[in-house]
Amino acid sequence: MLKILKYSFFDLMRSRWSYVYFAFYLLLGIILLFLNNDLSKAVITLMNVIIVLVPLIGTIFGVMYYYNSKEFTELLLAQPLKRSSIFLGQYLGVALSLSMSLILGLGIPFVLYGLFKSDAIWDFSLLLITGTFLTLIFTALAFNIALSNENKIKGFGYAILLWLFLAIIYDGIFLMTLIMFDDYPLDKLSLVGTMLNPIDLSRTLILLKLDISALLGYTGAVFKQFFGTSFGLIVSFIMLTVWVILPVLRIVFKSKKKDF
Amino acid sequence: MVIIQNLHKKFGKNKVLKGVDLSIKGGGIFAILGPNGSGKTTLIKSVLGMVIPNKGDISVLGENINKNSDYRHKIDYLPQIANFPSNLKVKELIRMIKDLRKNTNEDERLIELFKIQPFLDKKLGTLSGGTKQKVNILLTFMFDSPLIILDEPTTGLDPISLIRLKELIQEEKAKGKTILITSHIMSFVEEVSDEIVFILEGKIYFRGSISELKTKTSQPDFEHAIASILTENHA
Repeated sequence: MLKILKYSFFDLMRSRWSYVYFAFYLLLGIILLFLNNDLSKAVITLMNVIIVLVPLIGTIFGVMYYYNSKEFTELLLAQPLKRSSIFLGQYLGVALSLSMSLILGLGIPFVLYGLFKSDAIWDFSLLLITGTFLTLIFTALAFNIALSNENKIKGFGYAILLWLFLAIIYDGIFLMTLIMFDDYPLDKLSLVGTMLNPIDLSRTLILLKLDISALLGYTGAVFKQFFGTSFGLIVSFIMLTVWVILPVLRIVFKSKKKDF
Repeated sequence: MVIIQNLHKKFGKNKVLKGVDLSIKGGGIFAILGPNGSGKTTLIKSVLGMVIPNKGDISVLGENINKNSDYRHKIDYLPQIANFPSNLKVKELIRMIKDLRKNTNEDERLIELFKIQPFLDKKLGTLSGGTKQKVNILLTFMFDSPLIILDEPTTGLDPISLIRLKELIQEEKAKGKTILITSHIMSFVEEVSDEIVFILEGKIYFRGSISELKTKTSQPDFEHAIASILTENHA
């Protein structure tokens, strides 16, 4: 698996898109820091960008890479390699190169700015950790979609729909339910609802770490009580890990049964 | 060498293989023939483990291939259409495949034989069909495995390369290897193969030597013998 990972990773590192992605974060980081001067505000703006953009890029890159490397995959399948190592190697190659663009692209301007001397280092690390988790999750979901759809256009369509659902539509439905059942105690339900969507989970995690939960009223207090404690933090990370593991397991399972 | 028992495979509603039984003992060149869509490539890909059969057993060199990948160390496979990652250089591809399988020096001889030298630094996406096929052949023959599977090996080759390929196949046969070939070029099949396996509608229709086939169909030459099977069966 490591050999496949190596080849996929270097293949992607040579591609133009990795540099574009890297350059985008680099630029974003520099602009936010040097025009804005307030580190925690910069972190919040970054969070808003990361929460939406990282899943989108992960999904699109994942689907695109799978379809583009079909030939490479077929070549590998005839070699004495396990199927699971071929697909996991490719998946990790994509996910790791994307994560690296994110971490380096944002990390470099922040280090230049003097991150290590600032208090925001924990918020910033949390941001990068959730960003990496989101990359791992959405690339895995994208590979699942691509594995199940021979048709490229359909695959792309489903992938975009998935992103749209988790990034936007889910929140809408969630909010509507909260408004409709306003008379009932909803704090437990909204906790669960948040846990079930990796994007919401990441957002809540960062927001509450940034200590602006006071803005969220009573529910915010319940959330703070949960996510603010180390127990809540651990449970949230477990949930994110589950969100990585389940799609990865399906990649292994699905790839074993597929005809090429 | 290769034992296939009661192999079934369908893609959706399309039943491609309907109970193939085939046992191939070691040594010699076996041609797998059949009309378009008869299941030749599916059969070969099943042996390679790229297609998962619905039913049936396959064993290669005494190992059941189900949930196994190590047996592919003993197979050299030439795919039908040489689709390689297009942004890789020929040299890099050769190095990569060697890294994934095992090291060998045989590639230098084959590069010389097929005159691939001038293309080593070119990207695979820029090569012509025939040159790609030569690279394909090089990748297949550079490992010394006891079983060689060639899917349409002659596609796109110029006459000189075709002669070299035939020589190469004979050399490998002389080493006692088993070679499976599919091809639509009947003269090529007639020239190289020791035995033919004819697949029709997902089953083995005939197996034996070319002269046996001629007697069976009472046709004077091989091409007509094949054609007569096809017209008789309305395929």
